[in-house]
Amino acid sequence: MTSSPSTGPLIEVEHLTMRFGGLIAIDDVSFAAHQKAITAIIGPNGAGKTTVFNCITGFYKPTAGRLTLRGVGREFLLERMRGHEIGQKARVARTFQNIRLFAGMTVLENLMVAQHNKLMRASGWSVLGLLGVASFQRAEAAAVELARLWLERIGLMADADRPAGELPYGDQRRLEIARAMCTEPVLLCLDEPAAGLNPRESAELNQLLVSIRDRDGIGVLLIEHDMSVVMNISDHIVVLDYGRKIAEGVPLAVRNDPAVIRAYLGTDDEANDG
Amino acid sequence: MAYFTQQLINAITLGAIYGLIAIGYTMVYGIIGMINFAHGEVFMVGAFISLIGFVICSSVGISSAPVAIVLVLLLAMSFSAVYGWAIERTAYRPLRGSFRLAPLISAIGVSIALQNYVQLAQGARPKPGGQVVSGGFNLFTADGFDVRVTWLQIIIVVVTIVLMAGFTWVIARTSLGRQQRACEQDMKMASLLGVNVDRTISLTFVLGAALAAVAGMLFLMYYGVIDFFIGFLAGIKAFTAAVLGGIGSLPGAMLGGLLIGLIEVFWAGYFSSEYKDVAVFAILVLVLIFRPSGLLGKPEIEKV
Amino acid sequence: MGPRLPLMLKDAGLTAFVAAALGIFIVGFRTVDTGGGKGLSFDYHLVDLAVAVVVIFIGRLGLSMAANGQRWPAIVLGGAMIAAGASPMKLPSGFLHWFVALGGVLLVIRAIWPWASDAMSAAARTPSGLALGKARSRWFGWLLLGAAVLMPFTPIADQKTMDLGVLILTYVMLGWGLNIVVGLAGLLDLGYVAFYAVGAYAYALLSTQYGLGFWTVLPLAGMMAALFGIVLGFPVLRLRGDYLAIVTLGFGEIIRLVLLNWFDLTNGPAGIGSIPGPTLFGAVFAETPPAGKQTVSEMLGIAFDGNHRLIFLYYIILGLALVTNLFTQRMRRLPVGRAWEALREDETACQALGINPTNTKLTAFAIGAMFAGFAGSFFAAKQRFISPESFVFIESAIILAIVVLGGMGSQIGVVLAAVLLIGLPEWFRDLGNYRMLAFGLAMVLIMVFRPRGLISHREPSIRLHPAGSGGSG
Ligand SMILES: Nc1ncnc2c1ncn2[C@@H]1O[C@H](COP(=O)(O)OP(=O)(O)OP(=O)(O)O)[C@@H](O)[C@H]1O
Ligand SMILES: [Mg+2]
Repeated sequence: MTSSPSTGPLIEVEHLTMRFGGLIAIDDVSFAAHQKAITAIIGPNGAGKTTVFNCITGFYKPTAGRLTLRGVGREFLLERMRGHEIGQKARVARTFQNIRLFAGMTVLENLMVAQHNKLMRASGWSVLGLLGVASFQRAEAAAVELARLWLERIGLMADADRPAGELPYGDQRRLEIARAMCTEPVLLCLDEPAAGLNPRESAELNQLLVSIRDRDGIGVLLIEHDMSVVMNISDHIVVLDYGRKIAEGVPLAVRNDPAVIRAYLGTDDEANDG
Repeated sequence: MAYFTQQLINAITLGAIYGLIAIGYTMVYGIIGMINFAHGEVFMVGAFISLIGFVICSSVGISSAPVAIVLVLLLAMSFSAVYGWAIERTAYRPLRGSFRLAPLISAIGVSIALQNYVQLAQGARPKPGGQVVSGGFNLFTADGFDVRVTWLQIIIVVVTIVLMAGFTWVIARTSLGRQQRACEQDMKMASLLGVNVDRTISLTFVLGAALAAVAGMLFLMYYGVIDFFIGFLAGIKAFTAAVLGGIGSLPGAMLGGLLIGLIEVFWAGYFSSEYKDVAVFAILVLVLIFRPSGLLGKPEIEKV
Repeated sequence: MGPRLPLMLKDAGLTAFVAAALGIFIVGFRTVDTGGGKGLSFDYHLVDLAVAVVVIFIGRLGLSMAANGQRWPAIVLGGAMIAAGASPMKLPSGFLHWFVALGGVLLVIRAIWPWASDAMSAAARTPSGLALGKARSRWFGWLLLGAAVLMPFTPIADQKTMDLGVLILTYVMLGWGLNIVVGLAGLLDLGYVAFYAVGAYAYALLSTQYGLGFWTVLPLAGMMAALFGIVLGFPVLRLRGDYLAIVTLGFGEIIRLVLLNWFDLTNGPAGIGSIPGPTLFGAVFAETPPAGKQTVSEMLGIAFDGNHRLIFLYYIILGLALVTNLFTQRMRRLPVGRAWEALREDETACQALGINPTNTKLTAFAIGAMFAGFAGSFFAAKQRFISPESFVFIESAIILAIVVLGGMGSQIGVVLAAVLLIGLPEWFRDLGNYRMLAFGLAMVLIMVFRPRGLISHREPSIRLHPAGSGGSG
């Protein structure tokens, strides 16, 4: 817990353990992430990074451990909440390692679906919406405005009415981030957002993530294999290996940590892209 | 007590038939994760081929029951297997990689088409036949009630046990079984390692269909009458059996079949025969809600 | 042709062999009662089978030729088949004539398909083609509506046509209702007919036992069906897609079996009769008024005509169907409608966005059920007699086939599919027997060749740039 802002952690992960039958995917992992900071989680394939996200976002129920989110004015114990409530109430948003857009729906529709809960309330659970009440129409216009803002930021304005599945890969990655941001989260979890991007796209992504940290002021949890991304933009790094936390700290410290070097160089397949 | 024992014997017989059909559901589900809705219809086709086989036997003068049964068994198994193969080849294989519900919708289509095909070709009226074995013996008599076991019931149970044993051996010991299990685990990886995935899936359908045909023959011999619609109910009951036992698990299918046989027979024997099907459907619903992995299946956690 | 021909022949031979193996017993040996309870004997159809196998051989050969770009030989083969089917040549059964001719037609279509689809897609790709396509589909909708409204006043509107119109519209309404569940929310409901039954029995019982009128019961029946949908749906909607399908099938059958066996309430298999028809401002459609009622012809001062009732029914179901359609179109543009489609696309992603999947599915399920309930009341009022026989699984399958064939989620597609699947078989009566066979085969073929249905175009629920402006590619 070194160079982070003084506000106290946004999310605190304590003694998180996740077992699948005999396999221990996460073994007693603790760390914290702060607002206005990018916290990277790195580690070789199969280290348990995605599983950490799945526990935080309610897709898996942790075998043990506590996940505390200090969100807007309230504390949430994430491990006790049902899947969708984590997005709805605790305001944690995520992207997926293999992109999960609503492929048949347009780019704009993807961003509108992300604002579902807000719009449901405004539409009076569809009753006012069916009647075409003005207050709902205003809320919808505002939602379109937010979507437009994000389309601007990810440079997809011209593609707004195209089916999301038709976009090139790099655009889909950014759209998924924009979709998560349209839920107006306090914590954004990104699972390998740079995977499969070319160097130019990767640099653009760096800028986007930095601007999310600095302009939107939320906390970002970032799983990434691309070390140029990780070392450049993260404020804090957590290293996992075989489900255990083996190191943690600022980029420079982690880069020179012997345990980390061993974990990465010790396995053949990671040596060249690490 | 005597009544109870009699019901138990009847239930085991019926359960054996359901179990044989259930194996087809469970194997296909295990390997490609789809509910082969048309499987009940393959059972029905198997029953019809058996019916025709028995008539042929008697018209060419084969009067020995064991010979006729073995011949018809082979006939029904091999020709129903062609149905299993053709269905997979034309209606399911082209849909791998299509959207999630496509194979199920296609399977419903196959099911409707097969029912009406048999109805058109063979007529809608129930067909009597297949009663080549009769007689039996009294097990014991109590409270003035004879507990009877028929030879046919013994044949049904023995055939089922023999097939189950052979089948378990195929899955556990042969290369086909190994390839099947490899495909169940990870189809892409299996094909990279040189498993012929298409062939393995085809063979799964062929085996499932052959077993369903045996069930069809036994069903015909047991009830002595069939029509083009028997596949629907029997199919759903067998599917319930597969789910109850744990879909994907072979012993589960057999166990589930037995349980469904028990539930159906005892419900009809002690409560009301009108609602016996409702009882089975209710079990299907309850198991899926409360224990979708069944009795012997392993729970699935979806990876995201 | 060269060296490929032997391969193609071999392939065709294999196909024909499999077909022969499939057909040899079921088709070749038709079992018939000997009479006098002496068991069965055979009515041999081996010649039919042989003809069919030859046709399959030729057809398969033609298909491989077409697939190899050898169009002309394929067209010639197809033409020969059509000629053989249409010729007065004596084939063993009428069905074979159809079989041969239709096979030929399909082969010819397949052979010229690349040309046709090239030409069509080239035309559609041009900007004016795109705009035209959209404008055309909108015009087409209005045109259909106009035709439906005016139909009773055209000379073709005899009793048979009107009956058929009512039937088709009933299926259109059911298709639209199920489209919410299957097409939009992506929930495969195989027990949809159960809600239809709830609506029908609600009206039948409330009207015959308590004397309530059609217009009073209609909303009640819809609400009851929706309530059923919620009660049944709540525990099962979290299940995976194919499990959900089987569970809904189970519910459908349970409800039918209960209707069949609960004599005190439903009168069992004998059904409920003398259900009153719908009234027009309290007036009944009858020649002589029942005690204390007025007939419509008295009220309007016109001569009695049995057709008036039919026309009235026609407009009721047309109105109900249009309400279903308008409601669905509006819902699609609301947040809940978008959430339905999002759930269909990816449930996991929805959950990550904080959408409650169960509640969202439940609304789709309940609304779909409600429309089935409305349609059920109408059905009871139209038939004046209902029994459990009208609510079997195959009805659910037919409605599903309409949705699937139309193109899941497409409203116009449902209309086309209903006309095709319900209307055509009624018109060609002699094909009626083969109707369900064709149904099943059509479902398979659509899934294989056109999984998105007849109408696969999806109109976005909201646009940033006005339609037709070049913004996108
Ligand atoms: N639902 C599950 N059931 C069983 N095992 C699982 C499940 N989810 C993850 N695992 C196992 O947990 C371990 C950690 O997986 P995880 O996906 O978290 O790794 P990761 O660090 O994200 O790897 P990668 O860099 O390849 O994405 C792996 O061994 C994986 O097989
Ligand atoms: Mg991962």
